Amino acid sequence: MNLKLKIWRQENANSKGGFEEFQMKDVSVDSSFLEMLDQLNYQLEEEGKDPIHFDHDCREGICGMCSLYINGEPHGPTQTTTCQLHMRSFKDGDTIVIEPWRATAFPVVKDLVVDRTSFDNIIQAGGYISVNTGGTTSDANEILIPKEVANEAMDAATCIGCGACVAACKNASAMLFVSAKVSHLGLLPQGKVEAKKRAENMVAQMDAEGFGACTNTGACSAQCPKEISLTNIARLNREYLSAKFTSDNN
Amino acid sequence: MKLDAKIPEGPIAEKWTKHKFDVKLVNPANKRKYDIIVVGTGLAGASAAASLAELGYNVKAFCFQDSPRRAHSIAAQGGINAAKNYQNDGDSVFRLFYDTVKGGDYRSREGNVYRLAEVSVNIIDQCVAQGVPFAREYGGKLDNRSFGGAQVSRTFYAKGQTGQQLLLGAYSALSRQVANGKVKLYPRTEMLDVVMHEGQARGIVTRNLITGEIESHAGHAVLLCTGGYGNVFYLSTNAMGSNVTAAWRAHKKGALMANPCYTQIHPTCIPVSGDHQSKLTLMSESLRNDGRVWVPKTKEMAEKVQKGEVKAADIPEEERDYYLERRYPSFGNLVPRDVASRNAKYVCDEGRGVGPTGLAVYLDFADAIKRDGESTIEAKYGNLFDIYAKITGENPYKVPMKIYPAVHYTMGGLWVDYNLSTNIPGLYALGEANFSDHGANRLGASALMQGLADGYFVIPYTIGDFLAKQPYDHFNEDHESFKKTEEEVKGRIEKLLSIKGSKPVDYFHKKLGKVMWDYCGMSRDAEGLKKAKGMVQEIKEEFWKDVKVIGSNEELNMTLEKAGRVADFIELGELMIDDALNRNESCGGHFREEYQTEEGEAKRDDENFSYVAAWEYQGEGKDEVLHKEDLKFENVKLTQRSYK
Ligand SMILES: Cc1cc2nc3c(=O)[nH]c(=O)nc-3n(C[C@H](O)[C@H](O)[C@H](O)COP(=O)(O)OP(=O)(O)OC[C@H]3O[C@@H](n4cnc5c(N)ncnc54)[C@H](O)[C@@H]3O)c2cc1C
Ligand code: FES
Repeated sequence: MNLKLKIWRQENANSKGGFEEFQMKDVSVDSSFLEMLDQLNYQLEEEGKDPIHFDHDCREGICGMCSLYINGEPHGPTQTTTCQLHMRSFKDGDTIVIEPWRATAFPVVKDLVVDRTSFDNIIQAGGYISVNTGGTTSDANEILIPKEVANEAMDAATCIGCGACVAACKNASAMLFVSAKVSHLGLLPQGKVEAKKRAENMVAQMDAEGFGACTNTGACSAQCPKEISLTNIARLNREYLSAKFTSDNN
Repeated sequence: MKLDAKIPEGPIAEKWTKHKFDVKLVNPANKRKYDIIVVGTGLAGASAAASLAELGYNVKAFCFQDSPRRAHSIAAQGGINAAKNYQNDGDSVFRLFYDTVKGGDYRSREGNVYRLAEVSVNIIDQCVAQGVPFAREYGGKLDNRSFGGAQVSRTFYAKGQTGQQLLLGAYSALSRQVANGKVKLYPRTEMLDVVMHEGQARGIVTRNLITGEIESHAGHAVLLCTGGYGNVFYLSTNAMGSNVTAAWRAHKKGALMANPCYTQIHPTCIPVSGDHQSKLTLMSESLRNDGRVWVPKTKEMAEKVQKGEVKAADIPEEERDYYLERRYPSFGNLVPRDVASRNAKYVCDEGRGVGPTGLAVYLDFADAIKRDGESTIEAKYGNLFDIYAKITGENPYKVPMKIYPAVHYTMGGLWVDYNLSTNIPGLYALGEANFSDHGANRLGASALMQGLADGYFVIPYTIGDFLAKQPYDHFNEDHESFKKTEEEVKGRIEKLLSIKGSKPVDYFHKKLGKVMWDYCGMSRDAEGLKKAKGMVQEIKEEFWKDVKVIGSNEELNMTLEKAGRVADFIELGELMIDDALNRNESCGGHFREEYQTEEGEAKRDDENFSYVAAWEYQGEGKDEVLHKEDLKFENVKLTQRSYK
């Protein structure tokens, strides 16, 4: 198939970016979206031109590295990661617009690559259970966890930290990301002890990183490649409010 | 050079306990004076960095991805083994140890493997305490499954995303230590060399991948937790960035590379669909529990299938060859990975493969669906079927899956002793980057176990012993050895940028991958290996004359990153070939056509090859020198594997 691509180019964080157009010929319908870009980059390199920079690693939809905003949607038209999007989702002759995630808390590094350190900072603020490593813990089966609870925690823990939720949100809020971690840990007995403090600290860090407020439009969950549910946000809100009522650090 | 594995004396079950007692300890107040460098944040690196920071050491952790959470460990699907015997089906530490040594075709060290089995139970406790949401039974206890042909159910799992959940657990422990100020993270930073002084590793030189800055980091010890090198084959199930550079740089500074030719080829991957293909996707081997593997009986029929004239469903039963069931009546479709892979290759070499390329075999669920109903099959494999459908555009409930083997794991790696130390004092290797525990073939669900064992439970003890036995000194980045290494690194980058040849980096990577796959892949023979060696040398020459690396060093430049990695892969490729040529036997993942039993199975030569082959670098263009570490088996009886 033949395509027209309009791709965001930006030399570095400080430069002003803009779109550049490319014509693509003979793209296989079986190739993935990123393989289509590989093909373009190979051509560009052969011509001695700077290839398009984009993030990717596992190409299996699990590392959360790939992050392209395609035709106005994070990860494009299907609810998967960019790396799992295949060219058979497009038609011969299509024009495809490719941009980086757009959010204050995700500054552009180069072309389609953004800096998501803010997500790591949020986890460092409390996205863990305070237990030391080294095998001094009790036998794993001493903590019984109902299957349903374990499954629910697992569903929340499935988040790959790609940032599509932020890119999808008109306010660039990170609530879905934060709530997924707060839910995963807070649902489990091991994580309950610190649940309130965790919610408070992670939300405070989210605000400090410059993410916007959540106005419950649900765009995040609708675009999430891992289908993280909005009920996590409701759970976070409950945890957060009760923390605010009982907290010492008001 | 005499290789000393430093296995503690005494009965196998007491070695580790005794060793833990015998090692010297660093006084808690002194730990904060030591700086430890951890390269890699996968299961091995993240667990090591978090544990060492908790003990009080100052840790610097490096990875090339934008976040430590994205290390390739994240992609592991199936599960992690542990000898908990929760199912009461006769499992024990000894059985896990025995299975692992046997599965590795008797080419691993008993002492290391026993310790691995021993600490496996602690790993599960640790992970649960951290909040890893393993699958549960209705009573609330942990669920297990049997994996990779094991006779017991000892595999713990979190849906098909076990690696993700284990890594996120280790990443959360790491993040906690970052918040405590004990770990400093360096994401998007690539280690490009080890800094040596008087025979000891004293730090590393890195490149900041965003600014291109070349920087030095001094440390009292350096831990390489940089993963496997399967991408030497270009196409593999590894992540795109997985590479050998850190290990190879260390090798060129004197660290021995052990058993580089041991490669695991996984039988159930989605076949290559065309030239555009950038990586291969694994389909969990659990599928072989219900899927039946077959190809057409005749080449003529296969050709029609390849051309699209005949569909699988139209081929009558009597014209199908369920070759695994036919050749291995007792194990059938559940033969080990290497046997299943090799047989797929054989039938395709005979021209009986399917799919447009003829390089695929069917994995057919029609009988299972007829027997158990579609909903049962969906409950078991739904997400795998979805992945398959997404990638291939075909519905596996209606038409058989097409699969083909792909490179998956590298058992070889940096040589380490019982303490996980390379032969260079101060330089350690953990996880897939070392060669230690899997012998010539790794059992399913054992790599995750090893990565976490190394990081959470082994290195915290063994590193203390090393540090405590040395006089403390403050060796910092001002030392001339750092300046010298920085100059070497810069020189190599400038050289890559200055060639300005005509061919993109990928051209060379693909070419190398094809040679490695054709001659040093699923099966090998002396003649082919000799030919391949010449071909790899030619690729190397051409690369350094004609590679085209666009852009400059002082920017985010993924072509430059890749060029450096491919240059190292080419050199590693040659060593893999030498190693495969040296090993005149077949064992595990290493199958030499000349050495097989009458039944066509791998034929070991325990008399002459029961050793670890550890290679020492000799300088540009020179053949490497082989050192042998003899393997002693005192607790396991060596037998020839048979799956008939
Ligand atoms: C698709 C797939 C499925 C698998 N499924 C299973 C399974 O079910 N069970 C099982 O036990 N095993 C499985 N494995 C194997 C297992 O996942 C790996 O062997 C294991 O995760 C490796 O962990 P690691 O910590 O050694 O390295 P990795 O997780 O590969 O981490 C390497 C780290 O090193 C860093 N790094 C590398 N080079 C440099 C450098 N030069 N400078 C800076 N940083 C660097 C990377 O950034 C990364 O952080 C699977 C493997 C694959 C490919
Ligand atoms: S590249 Fe890993 S999720 Fe897309």
